[in-house]
Amino acid sequence: MITLDRLKRLAHLGPREALYQQIVTPELDALFARIPKPVGSFGYDAWGYNEDTAKFALGLVKWLYEHYFRVTAHGLEHVPAQGRALVVANHSGQLPMDGVLIGYALATNTHGPRAARAMIERFFPTVPWLGNWLNAIGAVIGDPLNCGKMLEQDEVIIVFPEGVRGSGKLYRQRYQLQRFGNGFMHLSQQHHTPIVPVGVVGCEETMPSVANLAPLAKLLGLPYLPLSPLLPLPARVHLNFGAPMYFEGKAESEDEVTVRVEQVKERIRELIDRGLKERKSIY
Amino acid sequence: MPRSTPHKKTVLVTGAAGSLAKRVIARLHGSYNVVAVDFRRKVDTDAGIPSYKVDTYKRGFEDVFRQHKIDAVIHIGRMFAHESDRQRRYNANVLGTKKLLELCRKYAVKEVIIHSTYFVYGASAYNPALLDEDAPLKASEVTQDLVDSVELESLAQIYLWKYPELHITILRPCNILGPGVKNSMSLLLARPLAPVLMGFSPLMQFLHVDDMADAMVRAFERNQPGIYNVAPDDWVAYQVAVQQCGCRRLPVPSVPPVLPKMVSNALNWNAFFPPYLINYFKYPVVIDGRLFRDTFGWKPRRNLNDIFSYYRKAKLLAA
Repeated sequence: MITLDRLKRLAHLGPREALYQQIVTPELDALFARIPKPVGSFGYDAWGYNEDTAKFALGLVKWLYEHYFRVTAHGLEHVPAQGRALVVANHSGQLPMDGVLIGYALATNTHGPRAARAMIERFFPTVPWLGNWLNAIGAVIGDPLNCGKMLEQDEVIIVFPEGVRGSGKLYRQRYQLQRFGNGFMHLSQQHHTPIVPVGVVGCEETMPSVANLAPLAKLLGLPYLPLSPLLPLPARVHLNFGAPMYFEGKAESEDEVTVRVEQVKERIRELIDRGLKERKSIY
Repeated sequence: MPRSTPHKKTVLVTGAAGSLAKRVIARLHGSYNVVAVDFRRKVDTDAGIPSYKVDTYKRGFEDVFRQHKIDAVIHIGRMFAHESDRQRRYNANVLGTKKLLELCRKYAVKEVIIHSTYFVYGASAYNPALLDEDAPLKASEVTQDLVDSVELESLAQIYLWKYPELHITILRPCNILGPGVKNSMSLLLARPLAPVLMGFSPLMQFLHVDDMADAMVRAFERNQPGIYNVAPDDWVAYQVAVQQCGCRRLPVPSVPPVLPKMVSNALNWNAFFPPYLINYFKYPVVIDGRLFRDTFGWKPRRNLNDIFSYYRKAKLLAA
């Protein structure tokens, strides 16, 4: 009888709302009510983030997080429950699955959920549907002006200072940190923002790439084109969040900034090692 | 002609036939002597408001300054793209403004409010959100048809820095909507069927024409020269706005980029979905209105739903 009632209820909702209600559960609604994120009268913020779309996406990622990648997250208590923060992680796995999983971990953090923002490549807004959709779940093009305004509004931003150097690297280079850009450190200093380092383990094994088909990638206008499985493999992912790092005073030169960036990089390396030690099996 | 009361300031308002200017005039009337001009027609005004039909870029315009001791100018009058060809529009908007500013200097006008537009920032995929007033003006990069808007701005800016005694305030509002508003966006949302680009629904900001009129009067009365964005702290995706206004969506293929422009041209959508504005329906131009709000202590009193409900109701009445 219960099923019949449920079917009846779904029947006059129409397929779209029915699907939405299946994915966006009351628990998810309750979770979002706790997230300190101001939005306008139609649920949008200035960068195109939309509460309803974000909820829907989170409902979808839930399955990936819990059952496909079987994520273990430690140290989430280090993420500030209020106020601005830069969450800085190592990047790997061809597709930005690491960003998605960190985003989910932050949004469902029992110590204080946060709607995190991610910085994306500049060509995304030109892609129909995908561009709007990425904006709606919180991604924005990686413009320092965007970053600055977001931090001033006390947002949490996920940053991969390695960029495509990290995500596009080959399987034999796994867990070797590539060069970090200095941009995040400048932002941290300008806007007095703590840096939360994260070590991601497991994403390297989701899409092991044996070669980068660079000429073809260039032809297609892509940053790289891996010779790898077409879909991410179900590797177990370990996320280790470290204590927030504060850097007092302004660095006098770019060299000094680099020194500070190296400290963050070193911290991330330690967190990766911790994740590698706690990992019992890859898949 | 009614004699102006000597102790009151005299304010010249251009574009008097338009919805915004009418509201500004109504708010000024009583506290100021208002002089109304428009290039389209001689506007019927309340008793005591002299009204002229005059092209601002022609010689006859100076007579208005000869006959009245103008203290301040609120320059709203603008020729829209659908009202004329590019040449006439350039003359009216750019040369007209140049002439106006020269006359302001010659007749020692002490305050000028210029009504610009957020279009000057240009719609590009690389735009960060919440553009500040010092962001580069890239509209002319996108299209020839917005050159007049950008040049009008540059001209006003030159006068702003060069002749501080003119006390020029440039206002760059977001989309203005409401009863009687005849800009592209308003004409578009008043239609039962509104074109949308498939796969693109940029964020937009909307302001009720009454709130904009309040903002202009506030800017005039507080007299804090400078350049200001005027926009609320609220955003909505274009396709949502279209549906909220009671329009049905007409999907237009967006790839390749020339296709929607060709469709707009072929179907003569120049008034409400012109080819040169296509990019504004593709990429967001979100401006930061904080400086204006903080400087002038102004806040819009009508929210997005109030704005959209006017278009919804208008459609219900027409049905």
